[in-house]
Amino acid sequence: MSEEVKKENTNAKDLTAEIKDLVVEFRTDYGIVQALNSMELEIERGKTLGLVGETGAGKTTTGLSLLRLIPDPPGVIVKGSIKLDGKDILSMSDKEMQDIRGKAVAMIFQDPMTSLDPVMTVENQIAEVIKLHEEGGMEHALTRAREMLELVGIPGSRGSEYPHQFSGGMKQRVVIAMALACNPELLIADEPTTALDVTIQAQVLEMMKGLREKYNTSMLMITHDLGIVAEICDKVSVIYAGHVIEHGTLVDIFKNTRHPYTEGLFNSLPNLENRTAELKPIKGLMPDPSNLPKGCAFCPRCDYAMEICKTEKPKRVYRNDTHYVECHLYNEDNIQEGKVSIR
Amino acid sequence: MSNTAAVHENEQISIKKKSQIVDVWKRLCRNKTAVLGLIIVAILVLIAIFAPIVLDYENQVIKTDYGNALKAPCAAHPFGTDEMGRDILVRVLYATSTSLSIGVVTVIVSLTVGLILGSAAGYFGGKVDMIIMRIMDIFLAIPGILLAICIVASLGNSIINLVIAQAVSAVPTFARVVRGAVMTVRDAEYVEAARAIGAKDSTIIFHDVLPNSLAPIIVQTTLQVASVILSIAGLSFIGLGIPAPRPEWGAMLSASRAYIRDYSYMCLFPGAAIMITILSLNLLGDGLRDALDPRLR
Repeated sequence: MSEEVKKENTNAKDLTAEIKDLVVEFRTDYGIVQALNSMELEIERGKTLGLVGETGAGKTTTGLSLLRLIPDPPGVIVKGSIKLDGKDILSMSDKEMQDIRGKAVAMIFQDPMTSLDPVMTVENQIAEVIKLHEEGGMEHALTRAREMLELVGIPGSRGSEYPHQFSGGMKQRVVIAMALACNPELLIADEPTTALDVTIQAQVLEMMKGLREKYNTSMLMITHDLGIVAEICDKVSVIYAGHVIEHGTLVDIFKNTRHPYTEGLFNSLPNLENRTAELKPIKGLMPDPSNLPKGCAFCPRCDYAMEICKTEKPKRVYRNDTHYVECHLYNEDNIQEGKVSIR
Repeated sequence: MSNTAAVHENEQISIKKKSQIVDVWKRLCRNKTAVLGLIIVAILVLIAIFAPIVLDYENQVIKTDYGNALKAPCAAHPFGTDEMGRDILVRVLYATSTSLSIGVVTVIVSLTVGLILGSAAGYFGGKVDMIIMRIMDIFLAIPGILLAICIVASLGNSIINLVIAQAVSAVPTFARVVRGAVMTVRDAEYVEAARAIGAKDSTIIFHDVLPNSLAPIIVQTTLQVASVILSIAGLSFIGLGIPAPRPEWGAMLSASRAYIRDYSYMCLFPGAAIMITILSLNLLGDGLRDALDPRLR
């Protein structure tokens, strides 16, 4: 597909959030760490985008950049644009950003054990968001806070307790209640279930799904768990070393996997049906982000690496309107053929 | 659905609601040494409040009676009398109010200034931190007692000047403690979460950062009251503290120094008063720290 057609498509979409060509560096004493390398991201209204990748791939940095909360120093946004509802947030004042945070965009943090203030009652913490963004004073905020607690399945009467009196799963519910308190247009969920055990994971995911439908919230689901992606996401971006290497709908990614890295992610999952099947983890580790390979970032770990991979960055190849991959294995002619493992 | 299951689970755990202050109080009561400290501090506070009301300053506290000078402890004078025939018990009790009130006022003043400077330095970091803390370092480089002597010597010998002198030398300590406490909390995930809901810096500092850094500040506050009382005693000892004839523990110690061989009880009682006050404040401070820390619940 040509670049122009692609552009028209973008304009037609109703995007809650859009990141284009974003480069974020962490400038430390030990060198420049490239956290995001021309990162691209699109979230359509009411849809959920899954952001999948290994530890250190830049998932959380992407989430934080949508709130403009990348720690500075050492984080620097070198170039690119971040748009929320079509408005560029990089040119906004601090005051405007404060109005957006919690109201238009809310974030669920990874670890509910540490993301709640230990010396504040949970209802006060939820009320704080409401008070910041809505009229009506403390009384109204507290009433709403208790409603939010009920909404996530915690009796409102327990609102006057402290976070340490709650279990992990309930704390995560509180964090979710806090994030949803002002009906945000975009919810960033940074590995919301990683710290929870599986039964609670299922409950929390089920709840998030229900709430998302109820409020038509767009969502960015940051995770490394492909099961969660399959459960909750509409589209998936696979990122590696701060760059999207494959993007598509659930069907595109799960049934028509193209990139060797995505393939590797699936192979790393245990297979319930075939217990004798050996796990095939991706060999090696993420490349040192302060010293990325010149060509394809995945090249040193790739089973299919060719000469060209070492020197040249792969171009984007579209399989259909929604699915693209950046890998030298593919070109316009062979992209339809099949998975790398079959070839 | 999962929600109803959770509600059900919650109902089974019936938890009595209690206010935070009651909670802290209960935990403080479990700590025997802290209760001892609290009782002594409470008694001292009562003495400090009622001594000036009950005792007649002109006739009982400062009136000299040379006929009764240097009497050993007896029924009429349980702590004995000093070289000018004044009752030592009365003077020790009266001095409680002087020492405690100066200690508390000084600490309130220096705590307020130290809180503002320390939290700004710790929270914002960078240049703000650099400038504030280097100024504090300059103050810390001057020995506290020397600074106090300079201030009292240049401004004159009065209670207000004493408070100023003590407060100036206590501010850097507070700023340091607050800064350290704030820095450990500043990067906590709940502070990041507060930023992510759009809270202003001032809201974050007062709602999230300071309440979570209270423990070391409280301990420092009680210790500082004790150390200010000690400093005042020290200043009075060298004659730069509370102007005579108002009784003050340090001044009484200083006066009794000359008689220590023959009339040792004269320095025993003011000395014991200083020791008990400081010990009880320290016991209370430690107990409060344990009681206030939500992680020890």
